[in-house]
Amino acid sequence: MEISNTESIPGRRIVEFHGIVTGNTVRAKHIGRDIMAGLKNIVGGELVGYTELLQDSRTEATDRMIEQAASMGANAVVNVRFATSSISQGAAELFAYGTAVRVE
Amino acid sequence: MDSVRIFSLLFNFGFPLLLLMAAYLIGTYIEKRHFRRIRKREEEYRRYPVVSFDTMPDDWKVASGRLVSGSIVVSPDYFKRVIAGLRGLIGGRVRTYEPLLERARREALLRMIEAARSDGYDAVFNVRLETSRLANSRNDGNGTAGVEMLAFGTAVRFASRFASADRFASPERL
Repeated sequence: MEISNTESIPGRRIVEFHGIVTGNTVRAKHIGRDIMAGLKNIVGGELVGYTELLQDSRTEATDRMIEQAASMGANAVVNVRFATSSISQGAAELFAYGTAVRVE
Repeated sequence: MDSVRIFSLLFNFGFPLLLLMAAYLIGTYIEKRHFRRIRKREEEYRRYPVVSFDTMPDDWKVASGRLVSGSIVVSPDYFKRVIAGLRGLIGGRVRTYEPLLERARREALLRMIEAARSDGYDAVFNVRLETSRLANSRNDGNGTAGVEMLAFGTAVRFASRFASADRFASPERL
């Protein structure tokens, strides 16, 4: 599966469109990580635990999007966008969407 | 009696003040060190083409491409937060937050570039930057637990080593 955030896959030609595919995941933060982040909040800087958490979540959202695209018979997803929303205290939704296409 | 008052005074004002000073010193040190590291890496990747065009320049002959991304979650230190809180009363420019967001954004970009380079891609185009605020750090809805910066784009591999991106040509490529 090829993925890009442009309107085509570089070096390939789109032959078929399969429509919008989406993938999401809602994650709550881990209490241990939260305590560490609480301490880090005093001195500032990178919250490594959160960076990893969000990266993992985004990978999962992307994987779900890819799964949906594969089930439609697509072999690429173009114009991929990401969105994040914090839906409640301590939980965030990560969301990826794009257009499933078949490239030659 | 006197010693009790002094002690309570110290406890009520001394401790937060000490925390504020420690946060300022450590936070400033971390920030300066981070900026040094960012500048060093930016200098190193100066010749690496990263553009925000959504269509490729005509002279780029591309063989393959893939989505790459880089992200970071940062948190303001206690000192910055207190200053920003005070700023919130009178309004105006919140100078303490500006470098925090700037270094996070540059770091996210650098991580994206590093991801593209380490997989052997020659350039990144259609780069987009996104900022999102994470959940609050306190239950009353105040406090910022962190801000996430995300940089993503399409990394491409050139079809021929010398044909493309002459304007970015680096000594190592020529």
